[in-house]
Amino acid sequence: MADTGVVETLLRLIEKVDDGVDSLEVAASLGVDHQVIVGAVKSLQALGDIISAELRSSKHWELTEEGTEIAEQGSHEARVFSSIPLEGLAQSELMKLSFGKIGFSKAMSNKWIRVDKSHEGGPRIFKTVESIDDQVREKLLLVKKANTAQLEEKEKNELKKRKLLSEVTVKSYWISKGISFSTTITKQETELTPEMVANGSWKEKKFKPYNFEAMGVAPDCGHLHPLMKVRTQFRQIFLEMGFTEMPTNNFIESSFWNFDSLFQPQQHPARDQHDTFFLSDPALAHEFPQDYLERVKKVHSEGGFGSQGYKYDWKIEEAQKNILRTHTTAVSARMLYKLAQQKFTPVKYFSIDRVFRNETLDATHLAEFHQIEGVVADYGLTLGDLMGILHQFFTKLGLKKWVEVGNSGVFRPEMLLPMGLPEDVSVIAWGLSLERPTMIKYGINNIRELVGHKVNLQMVYDSPICRLES
Amino acid sequence: MPTVGVKRDLLFKALGRTYTDEEFDELCFEFGLELDEITSEKEIISREQGDSKASGASDTILYKIDVPANRYDLLCLEGLVRGLQVFKNTLEAPRYRRVSPSSGEPQKLVITKETAAVRPHAVAAVLRNITFTQERYDSFIELQEKLHQNICRKRSLVAIGTHDLDTISGPFTYTAKPPGDISFKPLNQTKEYTATQLMSLYKTDSHLRHYLHIIEDKPVYPVIYDSNGIVLSMPPIINGDHSKITLKTKNVFIECTATDVTKAKIVLDMMVTMFSEYCSQPFTKEKLSSEFINRKVGINESTEKIAQLLTRMCLLSQATGVGDEIEVEIPPTRSDIIHACDIMEDAAMAYGFNNIPRTTPRTYTVANQVPGFSSACLMCCSQEDIAEKLAKKISETKAVHISNPKTAEFQVARTTLLPGLLKTIAANRKMPLPLKLFEISDVVLKDETKDVGARNSRRFCAVYYNKSPGFEVIHGLLDRTMQLLEVKSVRGDGYHIQAADDSTFFPGRCAEIFVRGKSVGRLGVLHPDVINRFELTMPCSALEMDIEPFL
Repeated sequence: MADTGVVETLLRLIEKVDDGVDSLEVAASLGVDHQVIVGAVKSLQALGDIISAELRSSKHWELTEEGTEIAEQGSHEARVFSSIPLEGLAQSELMKLSFGKIGFSKAMSNKWIRVDKSHEGGPRIFKTVESIDDQVREKLLLVKKANTAQLEEKEKNELKKRKLLSEVTVKSYWISKGISFSTTITKQETELTPEMVANGSWKEKKFKPYNFEAMGVAPDCGHLHPLMKVRTQFRQIFLEMGFTEMPTNNFIESSFWNFDSLFQPQQHPARDQHDTFFLSDPALAHEFPQDYLERVKKVHSEGGFGSQGYKYDWKIEEAQKNILRTHTTAVSARMLYKLAQQKFTPVKYFSIDRVFRNETLDATHLAEFHQIEGVVADYGLTLGDLMGILHQFFTKLGLKKWVEVGNSGVFRPEMLLPMGLPEDVSVIAWGLSLERPTMIKYGINNIRELVGHKVNLQMVYDSPICRLES
Repeated sequence: MPTVGVKRDLLFKALGRTYTDEEFDELCFEFGLELDEITSEKEIISREQGDSKASGASDTILYKIDVPANRYDLLCLEGLVRGLQVFKNTLEAPRYRRVSPSSGEPQKLVITKETAAVRPHAVAAVLRNITFTQERYDSFIELQEKLHQNICRKRSLVAIGTHDLDTISGPFTYTAKPPGDISFKPLNQTKEYTATQLMSLYKTDSHLRHYLHIIEDKPVYPVIYDSNGIVLSMPPIINGDHSKITLKTKNVFIECTATDVTKAKIVLDMMVTMFSEYCSQPFTKEKLSSEFINRKVGINESTEKIAQLLTRMCLLSQATGVGDEIEVEIPPTRSDIIHACDIMEDAAMAYGFNNIPRTTPRTYTVANQVPGFSSACLMCCSQEDIAEKLAKKISETKAVHISNPKTAEFQVARTTLLPGLLKTIAANRKMPLPLKLFEISDVVLKDETKDVGARNSRRFCAVYYNKSPGFEVIHGLLDRTMQLLEVKSVRGDGYHIQAADDSTFFPGRCAEIFVRGKSVGRLGVLHPDVINRFELTMPCSALEMDIEPFL
């Protein structure tokens, strides 16, 4: 609250006039800084409609720093003039003075001085008149005394060009009586206090009106990343459909489990340097179920289990290469192999975890992303069953155009039979990425805003609860 | 998936009717293909190089069709058209036959033992009485290029050479010689070069330089001669100019040299079958039962119906009359058929996937979850991030190193969650303080006891970034976490912290966390050097611990 003395004085001034007062004039008459008056105006405004304050801006002229210097010491040309003695002054000497250069040319054009270029000892400057009128200084002094009106527009602009004057916009208030004008001010309360409640003093107080247009205070809380929210939703769907989660806590995988056990041939493009991350350390995996490995080798190179195979030289060195897994299907393969070592029972597995591809990065592709995978193994499954499960899954998701979102299929006998699974067992599987549906749901166009350290934390704070309905 | 670009109007002409874009899109879908894009040469150039370069380019509509990676018989217009027509029953499935020349002996290609050192295998065939138009010629060249990129693995496994038979005379010899001893005029050149000279010449050729490495360092280079010593080609680099094919060529000699003989045969089959009605190899036959097909797909069709379905997919089939047995002829164009399940897949496609009734498997299972959840920081980072920046030595980190990173951002798999969180803060500096981030996720550590030599380890990491370091906040978080995990705040049976020295943390402001006597992690105020290295400006405290024991 501004100095109540000033506020009350101001109110009394307004009371006396019919129209209003100018804040600058008030400041001048009270001998206070203009900002004090502005403060008083603002306090009064906060109390309601006691006064009406109209913002006005006016321009007036002020001296620049250089202008102030000249007003005090005289213009450069005048100082040049006064520094030349009767016998004249060498030009080189004059130029050493601070006002020399500018003053010289001005004094020359005013014809106050002349130069004798042929003088011995160098060019020499002489006065041409006995005395001069430092008009520039006089004009500036006028401005300083706030008598700007006495100068013509042309003169003011010229001084402005020389950067001695500048036009300054001054904001002032035109203050007049408001609807609830009164010379006494009652302080408005902001809030109810315990004392007021206790002693009932609230009945006599006036309270500041609330601003319902403003936002409330955001509650302090933690936030989950949108990917995690969508992930939880997918897990929920799988669990409801009776799927068991696979343990996927191994980002490092051998080529054997990631490719060979899935009947992907060793010269397949996906196993290339530019699609897969290979490891330099540890470079090779060293433990495999030997019998199974032999069967895998055979089905690739010679065929068997009803297949012709690929007919190429299968190399153990290729299979031993460690990589960052390119899909979680490698885990599904391990799980199915384990299942085949005991008495087979039908299973439904799922996983949602990270995979890595050594791809070119752009707005929709990162080198690492999350893959969602579902697997069903049972006797006598058909393509119709695969389509049925997919339909159920995507219906629960609420995704309409489900065809382009993911991949699905039936695992080949060349993969299942070497594992030792019974011949009449079929395994169907499907997968999609977690990032795509999350980006669609939260309207994010660039995957780098969603994942990685460039993630937009504001987006994380703001994103809504995940309900996968649309 | 490989993409084939065909001129729409040519395609429709060959198919014998026109389609709207929607109709053709549906036809592709039924057949297992995808109409990826409808564009024109002009549009492509405009998109890649700007509108100014595109003026003058062709406006002819192109269809870009995605075909499955193992269907080499669909990589050109001729193959696509044939497949679609048989599928729509407007053409009978072709039968490929090998035919002897009307006069004289078949051609011979003699392979010498020198080739074993560099490129051991070769197969060859002759196409007679062919008539080339500009379109067919372009298609012929295009198919070679597609095959080179796909199954030939950029010419390293197989390389195709095609020659005008009437400009050369057999028998032909495929041998290998030191580069200095090979000299000929290569395609589109005006003078002779030795092979050594060609290697330098083509180093600046934007197309050929990618193939030089296949033979460059070998002591001998492959080369094919005719009986007069004319060089047909120096595989896999370039053909000779002498035997080049023109629009007037009537008889074509095709040779495929290779390091993989199976693939060489497949490629040769494709080249021959696509451009002729004559066959170079006999077809193979398979027998299966219609019950098998019905059971796997989930439909119930008669044996005759199934035979019809397969025939629409160019797999000529007939019911043998013995029970429900069907005999299927697999043409040389279908090298992707290696198991009965591939035949079943074609039957399903011909039946129409959308026509298969959807059923629910009657598998009864109970669901189970794996405890825990993770967050969204990246797994990989640079070596600096986990070592130097944290004032640690890389050799002490037990980090797993990646051998082919595209950038420094992928040198190692992370061994700590801290750099990821610090980088996230650095990228979000405009956010109001304090910044409090956490992550529960896996890191990767070398582990010799595992079959792959590494294991994941679940960690919990939290960072507090503000004008004051807030050690008490991080400490409070640890206490609360332990409370939720039901670990008591006592030495021995519960958890406790004690002062520790750690170069990542500010001296005197670091503590080690012990749970049941074992160290599980550290917390403290980060060392200013660490703060600076991650381009941060405020004090920061952090906590990282191993939560594997709690899972």
